[in-house]
Amino acid sequence: MGRESEVAAELIAGFEREHPGVRVKVEQLPWTAAHEKLLTAFAGDATPDLAQVGNTWLPEMQALGALEPLEPWLARTPALAAGDYFEGIWATNAPGGQRVGLPWYVDTRLMFVRQDLLARAGITEMPRDWTQWRAALASLRQHGMDKPILLPTNESAPLLALAMQQPGELLRDGGRYGNFSGPGFRAALSFYLERFQRGEAPGVSEVQIGNLWQEFGRGSFAFYLSGPWDIGEFKRRLPAELANAWITAELPGPNGPGQSIAGGASLAMFKRSRHKPEVWALISYLSRPDVQLEFYRLTGDLPARRSAWALPLNGATLAEDRHAAAFHRQLERVRAAPAVPEWERIEKEMQLAATRAVHGVTDLDATVRGLDALVDGILEKRRWMLDRKAAA
Amino acid sequence: MKHSGRESLAAWAFAAPALVVIALFFGVPVFAGLALSLTDFDIYALADLRNLRWQGLDNYIHVLSLPLFWKALGNTIYFVVLGVPLSIGVSLAAAVLLQSKLVRFKPLLRTALFAPVVTTLVAVAVIWRYLFHVKYGLVNYTLQSFGIDPVDWLGDPHWSMPTIILFAAWKNFGGNMIIFIAALQAVPHDLYEAAKLDGARSWSQFRYITLPGIGPTLLMVAILTTAGYFQLFAEPYVMTQGGPLQSTVSVLYLMYEEGFKWWNLGLASAVAFVLFLIIVAVSKGLIVMQKRLTGVEA
Repeated sequence: MGRESEVAAELIAGFEREHPGVRVKVEQLPWTAAHEKLLTAFAGDATPDLAQVGNTWLPEMQALGALEPLEPWLARTPALAAGDYFEGIWATNAPGGQRVGLPWYVDTRLMFVRQDLLARAGITEMPRDWTQWRAALASLRQHGMDKPILLPTNESAPLLALAMQQPGELLRDGGRYGNFSGPGFRAALSFYLERFQRGEAPGVSEVQIGNLWQEFGRGSFAFYLSGPWDIGEFKRRLPAELANAWITAELPGPNGPGQSIAGGASLAMFKRSRHKPEVWALISYLSRPDVQLEFYRLTGDLPARRSAWALPLNGATLAEDRHAAAFHRQLERVRAAPAVPEWERIEKEMQLAATRAVHGVTDLDATVRGLDALVDGILEKRRWMLDRKAAA
Repeated sequence: MKHSGRESLAAWAFAAPALVVIALFFGVPVFAGLALSLTDFDIYALADLRNLRWQGLDNYIHVLSLPLFWKALGNTIYFVVLGVPLSIGVSLAAAVLLQSKLVRFKPLLRTALFAPVVTTLVAVAVIWRYLFHVKYGLVNYTLQSFGIDPVDWLGDPHWSMPTIILFAAWKNFGGNMIIFIAALQAVPHDLYEAAKLDGARSWSQFRYITLPGIGPTLLMVAILTTAGYFQLFAEPYVMTQGGPLQSTVSVLYLMYEEGFKWWNLGLASAVAFVLFLIIVAVSKGLIVMQKRLTGVEA
């Protein structure tokens, strides 16, 4: 999907050389249409043999019963050891206790920082916890920077990442009810809202910012929470004299370096496939460390396997790369969002509720309570199904 | 008797292909949609039909109790109430202008004014998004040169809908303009000449000759435009995705999100039927209103 699908064709040429007699047909989909397309393909009995599936879609696809459980296949393939994968990411691929996806590439969110601006404001150390982060933002403001951090209100990821740092679950009782009024989410949301209330973050959506890279280059803000794709974008779009002015850094947590979101995409085999051994051969091929590194070279997508990070790359390793290193460390501390098919919708509602709170429409308490009521409604069918299964 | 029976049989035979097509591609989907709206068909039911529950009218009750539905309906009505008169007004003004003897280069003007209708909506929506960009847009640039503060057209919840109304009116007025031009040409010329002899000014001519003359066309255009505008979807889908703060979520956009984003096809079908009933009621209302008005005037 997206850029990956264009590149996949190149990788697959290598696979076909190694497996004469197997021909792979790649169908390219834009990300925006992929989810719909996969669901309609399932409804129309026309699922592919193998697909790239976003981590967050796996629970839904698994609930549909569309995906082949991979444990038996993994048991036969010692090269694909669980220990070579980042733990938090590995966990997202087994919704409902059943492994249905193999991580292909990984992502998470962390800070993109203009360290030159921090240095000018007298901040020598990268903030590692919330207290230091607060102090850094305050001092940037004192040094004349109006809005030192950008948290686009149409993005749910920054708030979700902060929520992931908190103990406790976002959904309680096995994903039956919302737990947004619990202490964990309250703490995350109040830290998030504080950034807007103190005037450190502009209450705008990404659309209103216009050209994000240009603004980052101009120094309109010093902190931006984003994913690995922006490494390439910033390298390409920022002027050459700023090449050493920015860096990536792990997300500060409440007390020391914090958790972030376990994201990325997986390779999944469909139950209705009639070429399962060939599909598994292709999955294994795409998971080989050297192929994973090649994939990184072509797309900038971070490899899912630790051994790929340790391979030589431009005279060093990916784990030592100036901008990827922080991701490497952050990926050891990632946590998955609740694995329920309804999650994507819940996350959207969370973001909408937070936006209303940012604009002062509701206060913190009303926001989390309203959110819980809404989420309980969304999960009604899930509760009914779980109860029915328990009764049977 | 026998003769006419054969004739009606032949008539049915000729109509049959069309009827079959209508039944297959219109009747069946509509009834399937109606049936769907009485169930909670969703992703779980897609996996296993035993997960389907009969909901009766619950979906409808749920839709009507959804704050977002009322917000979407409010947004849609805002769009219709402001957009329809604006759109028709601009169409009529353009048509009258093109009929006027004072205007030159009529074919060129007519083509230029009609051009927005034949352009692709998505492509021009993207261009409008640039025009109305808060920092780099031409509109704010122009305003600033007059000393007016920039307006966040698509990002401010108060301005997003007016901007979309403006866009829709610009995109659609050409079609109605052509219809009005045809209607204006059908108004007898001697009426204007008689009026001129009586000393009627151009406004009186317009009010007492043109308007009554194109009355039926006006009603038809009003009904078609209203029904069309109630189905607002593509503009917010491309320009704002329903935002900011859900200020541009229309009823149809809500249906799309429920149905194809969250896969609650039961609820989405219920939204569709509620919208259908609203459109029928409003169109009926317009016809009744017209009858009253013309009845009083006659």
